[in-house]
Amino acid sequence: MPRPKTTSSSVAFEGNTTHLKSSLRSAFLPSHLPAANAFIGAGMARYLGRLLALLFAASICGAVTIPGPVSDAHRSAASELFDGSFSSLEEAYEALRVFEILAIGNKPDVSATACKKVVENLGSSSPVKDLFYALKVNGILKCKVNADVFKDIAVRLKATVTDASTLVDMYYSIGSLVLIKDQVSDVDVLLADADGTFHSIKALSQSDGRWRYSSDNPESSTYAAGLALEALAGVISLASSEIDLSRVKTVKNDILKLFDSIEKYDDGTFYFDEKFVGGSEHQGSLSTTSSVVRGVIAFASVISGKVNLPGNKVLGLAKFFLGIGIPGDAKDFFNQVESLALLENNRVSIPLVLSLPETVYSLSKRDQLKVRVNTVLGSAAPPLTVKLVQAFRSDAKDSVIIESKELQYDKSNGIHVLEVFPDNVDVGTYVFVFEIVLHDSAGEKVFATGGQIHVPIYVTGIIEVSNAEIAVLDSDLGSVETQKKLDLAGNVVVELSANHLQKLRFSFQLKTPHGHAFKPHQAFFKLKHETKHEHIFVVGNTGKKFEIILDFLGLVEKFYYLSGRYDIELTVGDAVMENSFLRPLGHVDLELPEAPEKAARLPPLPVDPYLRYGPKAEIAHIFRAPEKRPPQNLSLTFLSLTLLPFIGFLVGLLRLGVNLKNFPSSAAPATYAILFHLGIAAVLLLYVLFWLKLDLFTTLKTVGLLGVFLMFVGHRILSHLASASSKLKSA
Amino acid sequence: MIIFIKVFKRREEKRRGFLWCIAKSRRSERMARSSSKDAQDLFRALWSAYAATPTNLKIIDLYVMFAVFTALIQVVYMALVGSFPFNSFLSGVLSCVGTAVLAVCLRIQVNKENKEFKDLAPERAFADFVLCNLVLHLVIMNFLG
Repeated sequence: MPRPKTTSSSVAFEGNTTHLKSSLRSAFLPSHLPAANAFIGAGMARYLGRLLALLFAASICGAVTIPGPVSDAHRSAASELFDGSFSSLEEAYEALRVFEILAIGNKPDVSATACKKVVENLGSSSPVKDLFYALKVNGILKCKVNADVFKDIAVRLKATVTDASTLVDMYYSIGSLVLIKDQVSDVDVLLADADGTFHSIKALSQSDGRWRYSSDNPESSTYAAGLALEALAGVISLASSEIDLSRVKTVKNDILKLFDSIEKYDDGTFYFDEKFVGGSEHQGSLSTTSSVVRGVIAFASVISGKVNLPGNKVLGLAKFFLGIGIPGDAKDFFNQVESLALLENNRVSIPLVLSLPETVYSLSKRDQLKVRVNTVLGSAAPPLTVKLVQAFRSDAKDSVIIESKELQYDKSNGIHVLEVFPDNVDVGTYVFVFEIVLHDSAGEKVFATGGQIHVPIYVTGIIEVSNAEIAVLDSDLGSVETQKKLDLAGNVVVELSANHLQKLRFSFQLKTPHGHAFKPHQAFFKLKHETKHEHIFVVGNTGKKFEIILDFLGLVEKFYYLSGRYDIELTVGDAVMENSFLRPLGHVDLELPEAPEKAARLPPLPVDPYLRYGPKAEIAHIFRAPEKRPPQNLSLTFLSLTLLPFIGFLVGLLRLGVNLKNFPSSAAPATYAILFHLGIAAVLLLYVLFWLKLDLFTTLKTVGLLGVFLMFVGHRILSHLASASSKLKSA
Repeated sequence: MIIFIKVFKRREEKRRGFLWCIAKSRRSERMARSSSKDAQDLFRALWSAYAATPTNLKIIDLYVMFAVFTALIQVVYMALVGSFPFNSFLSGVLSCVGTAVLAVCLRIQVNKENKEFKDLAPERAFADFVLCNLVLHLVIMNFLG
């Protein structure tokens, strides 16, 4: 599947089923999520599976409605997407063109920078592609460019046209010449050999309507066909003499052939796509379709006759572009908006888009069914009447409820209204078939209305709930022990008690506003134990009545032998049921037998899926408590106490009469002695520094150096002392 | 009393007056079962015996006492307030004890009565003492934290 399709289907779903989804949301009560986790029997699962498939089908149905015309959402998206910054003139042109088409007022002012670039590109000998986009930007901004510059370029471009061998070169040079012709009146841009140029482009065409990029490239491309058609249109408008009509006719045939290879979706959407994959410049289906649309419309606007294309295909192309929704890519956005602008006003056929503001009709509100018909860009359509051809239930095609009704035109709002909604329409999903009839019969040729348009409509209403009854029965005899009537519309709750030998019966009836029995998508009966274990049962439908009988004897194992209070909850919901509800019915006190030893263990409670995305519990960091420190005074006292032995030591020394008489008196040994002591002091000081701030490596390095020094001076002084004492001894 | 003598024994055993001291103490032991005068005599005798020690050895003794008392004060402090920065306590006490042990070693080597170390110059012993102290305190500082 090509890329834009994926975006198209998903975005179309977003855009057109909002109201449907909101109604679905109201019908799908919040209980359905936990319900998925709870016990559901095999039969029930199958039932649910069918139900989901049905709903899925319904939502798909909603997705195939015709997408509405371009709206303000597009304009705000464009303002965001094209924020005024662009790297090339091509991007600048795309942004300016989108702003021009969508008539966005508060666009970013890029004219100064863009014009500067335009003048730069036009002045120098830049490639044709840059010239082409410079001229395109100039066409919008009307920059101040010297007229002589255009003359020089025109001469250069004419030379390129005759020399060009590839389609792309021709496309850009011819396109540039056409742009010059539109912008400046007095420059001669007419091609002398228009016939020859026409022929050389046409020579690249293939039998299936596609084109080759160059004569030595055998691969043909749909994208190239678009370029070629635009170039041919340019050649025709630049021709100094009339182009041979037979040549134009063959190109018309090529276009028809090209439209034979158009791709199609089931909902009537048409688009073009490249056949071969693997080419170096593979284009997506959006750019391919956009290229073809540009080419065909350009060609149709310059020829004298009309290109006869089937209206449904043109409308299908419009559907394709609108179905994309709002592309997130600037290039895609430009392609979409420009193609829609071309479809808005062209000579082939102008598609008219029928859209419904709401595809939900409420029987209780009795509002009107409104239909809007616009062109693709949202402007008013010519005078026309919308006819409701027929309407039938979406599940039964032959059950026609309405036939051929004309919608009234409300001029002030520009909408067509079905004023009287037929009384025989009950709640449900329907398909309404509309047809657009133009007042001016000549308009049939100008506009593409698309014939019969099928639109799924949801008719909703208030469903009447009645005869609700809850009872506890004796299992063996079937006699009623307690029986209570319930008013499901009110808030009354019941209190029941039962044991495993009894049964619980619950029944109610649903009626549509027309008195028919109604079968909702959801009818669930839920028992929820105090421990949050819950069991969900589907309430069966027996003809007119919904009834469920719970035989507790058979359910004891499923209930894990859990006695106690069970809360009862009832869910009834449907997409077309306006009063879908989820309400508590009361509770039942169950007395179940003791669990045997072999009984299945109670499973852990499912985690609430909503909790998983909630805030996590705050993390409390546990830090080590700081150790208790002694009072400071005590520590200081002991610090001074440690000084006492030192003082004692000094006093002792004094008393011993220690002196420094042995200190060497001569110069060299005294120096060594002082250095020795200084060295020791230095090492001790280094140790203190090591304790306070240095690391081990620095300390060891320094200690090494100091140690060598210390060893040297120490050796000198101590050996001096030793020799002195030995001399003394010997003496 | 006996303990006290034993403490001194280690110090005095390699000294000249040691045998004499033992003899005297034994004598006084015999005599002074209950007399404090005898104890006083004993101390006086011990003191006078110690007075004959060379001054350099006395300095070392004083140094050892200084180190031991500093260690004792730290132990008392720890007993009072608990051993929280245990590495600091250990390094403080071990620094003192280590210093004392090294000083004792120095004293053994320097003592002239020790024939074992007769060939060893006291300067050489002091150099060893300084080197060992520096290494010890490098480790102590590293452990101090």
